[in-house]
Amino acid sequence: MPNFVMSYLDPSVTGTPGAAGSQFWALIYVFIIFTGVSVAVMAMNWLERKALAHFQIRLGPMRVGPHGLLQPIADAIKLALKEDIIPAEADQFVFWVAPLIGLLAAFAVYVVIPFGPSQAVSDMNIGILFMLGVSSLGVLGIVVAGWASNSHYPLIGALRSSAQMVSYEVAMGLAVVSAILMTSMNASGTGTLSMIGIVQAQQQQGIWFIFKFFPLGFIAFGIFAIAMVAETNRAPFDMAEAESELTAGYHTEYSGLRWSLFMLAEYAAMISVSAIAITLWLGGWMRPFPNLLHAPAWDFIFSLFPGLTFLGLAAIAFIGTLRMPAHSFFRIQRAGLAAFAAVLGFIALLLLVIAVAGRSADASLAARFNQGIGYVYWFVLKVAVFMYLFIWYRATWPRYRFDQLMRIGWKVMLPIALGVLMLTAIVGVMVS
Amino acid sequence: MTVYNDDTANDVSVRTPSRLDPETPEKPYLDSNELIINMGPQHPATHGVLRVILKLDGEKVLGTECIIGYLHRGVEKIAENRTYTMFNPYVDRMDYVAAVSNGLGYCEAVEKLMNVEAPPRAKYIRVILTELNRIASHQLWLGTHALDIGAMTPLFYTFRDREEILKIFEKYCGARLTTHAFRIGGCQYETYAGFEKDVKNFLTFVAPKIDEYEELLTTNRIWLERTKNVGVISAADAIALGVTGPVLRASGVKWDLRKAQPYAAYSDFEFDIPIGENGDTYDRYLVRMAEMRQSLRIIEQAVNKIPEGPIMGKVPKVIKPPVGEIYHSIEAPKGELGYFIVSDGSTQPYRLRVRPPSFVNLQALDIMVRGLLVADVIAVIGTIDIVLGEVDR
Repeated sequence: MPNFVMSYLDPSVTGTPGAAGSQFWALIYVFIIFTGVSVAVMAMNWLERKALAHFQIRLGPMRVGPHGLLQPIADAIKLALKEDIIPAEADQFVFWVAPLIGLLAAFAVYVVIPFGPSQAVSDMNIGILFMLGVSSLGVLGIVVAGWASNSHYPLIGALRSSAQMVSYEVAMGLAVVSAILMTSMNASGTGTLSMIGIVQAQQQQGIWFIFKFFPLGFIAFGIFAIAMVAETNRAPFDMAEAESELTAGYHTEYSGLRWSLFMLAEYAAMISVSAIAITLWLGGWMRPFPNLLHAPAWDFIFSLFPGLTFLGLAAIAFIGTLRMPAHSFFRIQRAGLAAFAAVLGFIALLLLVIAVAGRSADASLAARFNQGIGYVYWFVLKVAVFMYLFIWYRATWPRYRFDQLMRIGWKVMLPIALGVLMLTAIVGVMVS
Repeated sequence: MTVYNDDTANDVSVRTPSRLDPETPEKPYLDSNELIINMGPQHPATHGVLRVILKLDGEKVLGTECIIGYLHRGVEKIAENRTYTMFNPYVDRMDYVAAVSNGLGYCEAVEKLMNVEAPPRAKYIRVILTELNRIASHQLWLGTHALDIGAMTPLFYTFRDREEILKIFEKYCGARLTTHAFRIGGCQYETYAGFEKDVKNFLTFVAPKIDEYEELLTTNRIWLERTKNVGVISAADAIALGVTGPVLRASGVKWDLRKAQPYAAYSDFEFDIPIGENGDTYDRYLVRMAEMRQSLRIIEQAVNKIPEGPIMGKVPKVIKPPVGEIYHSIEAPKGELGYFIVSDGSTQPYRLRVRPPSFVNLQALDIMVRGLLVADVIAVIGTIDIVLGEVDR
């Protein structure tokens, strides 16, 4: 591999097993993250359909597996088996490559996302720049898809999408910069672009950046939170695939596996932008009040949370089992849900055992496991909240019109982001 | 790998530019300045099989052309081959979301032609069912219109509440959608036991639900931005084009056939005609929301003072209107629904012509969307509230 690539992967914290930057662990993390994100996308697919359905007084998927739990798998199989259509007028090669570009861009961002202080593929010193750069490549996949389809609706969708993503990236970038400025509020006065460094800066300063220089951090976070919805083409900014206007926007001509790659990329991008928002403003992997409530007893209480969460999920699944109709038609579904509850309960038990065994602060395996689980748990929990928000937005709001979207992007968000950036700089200088 | 070929795209582009705007010279396919887009007949937001050919400059609409007829069943021709009684169910298939209104218009037109009158009780039943149907139609409009603009959720709320109306229809006449509720000269069915209670329950049930829809949309910032000053039509334009119904009233013209030329029992009830000011999509939304509330008022009065008595007037077994012609129109949920019937004295109409509100209102699409964006075309198609079954007949 070229040196410049290797230099990014080069261990800055050499040798430590599990540390970010170690090449061996990088490979393992790549594997874990790829499968993890794919599974998360499937789970998100189910959750979105269920949550959206309940917003809309429907039940959502109920047939494939208990409460439709196997629906994403059925969908995946269906999509994989579907006929592979390329329109005659399409540019075949580009049409083929477009979803891959989108997918690669969506997944490459995960290289710099830290799930814990050492739970990351790589601790790049330019992490946040890498994130901004790579995530903006996602637009390329969409533009190329719309262009290669050689059809009107995809073309309009692609044009909308490119304009939208490019203009919201500006506001997004400025909001990110104001968070980076906050990282320099330490004794040495130097900030960092490393994603791990940003979270550690929040830990050292004892405050999540969303609350820093209130309300400046909050406004910057708000701008990022709006821009990231536009960036991922989700409602109410889903003009690129506005179903009622452009049939399906840039992926109108796509079907089957390639279409599913677009969906995978979209959901992966949603997760990654949420992860970035969390890293920058919401303390990343940190549990609530790590500095305030830092006694070993508190550590122990918070380390029980993962186990208790799974226990709660198991309880919900178990109650669902009990509530299923007694008719023999539901026999298999009931057994399936009971088994699912049992698996969740087993995981809960395992997590609780680890929490109890690893409560000492020494470097034993259990303690390290315990810590790692805690990091990943809090991180995933925060991401899940964002995912729920994405669904909530979709259920609640109508869609913006394209010109209104651009107006908000350039005339409202950009000036506010610039103002916040300047104010953050001024306040930062005055405080230090 | 299969390769499909779509020939229709070429077909459209060849013939449309000149028809959209005769002054524009013919331009080659895929000109760099203008884009011709074929929206429909298979498009998620054209409410059926409407086909709109759009001429676009980027996203700006330069002109539109509606192509209709994909749902044409020759209803008017069918009428000439059926007796008056036999034709009655066919009218339900025109505006199938407001079938009761269609039936009312047809029955009253034939009654007028025969010079008979439905007894008061029948008239009241007609008013109750028609107004219920108006609410159902507006609910369906609201759900689909909001869905077109991107708000998915109201659709399910409106369908949930519309269901209650359909249940009343089903209990009354056995059908939910194409009800065939009325007969020439009155009603065939007496109200079922508990009809009045059901209707009253519905009134108390639906009033807060209408507030619920409004909560989701009326002050929603995005909804306001998407609907205010979109698809404006002036009162003069609307009148010139023959636009009627809520679209006309939203432009500020206080014209409602229920007040202007009362039919059925409408002269007995007190209700207001809600009107708008700007004639934009938001005003049309407000007008329809207010109309739902007015309909509730009418139903409440009608249920409370529904008279006893026969439900069928003195109509001969074989309906044979005298030679002559009649035009009778009613205020359907979508506008003026008129029937022009020419009788040659036989049991079948010599000619029957329907004036469908959707068809006439659809004409206004072009002046409403010129200069707006593609997204607005969808909003405007929704706000006109067309049913293709009625446009194409």
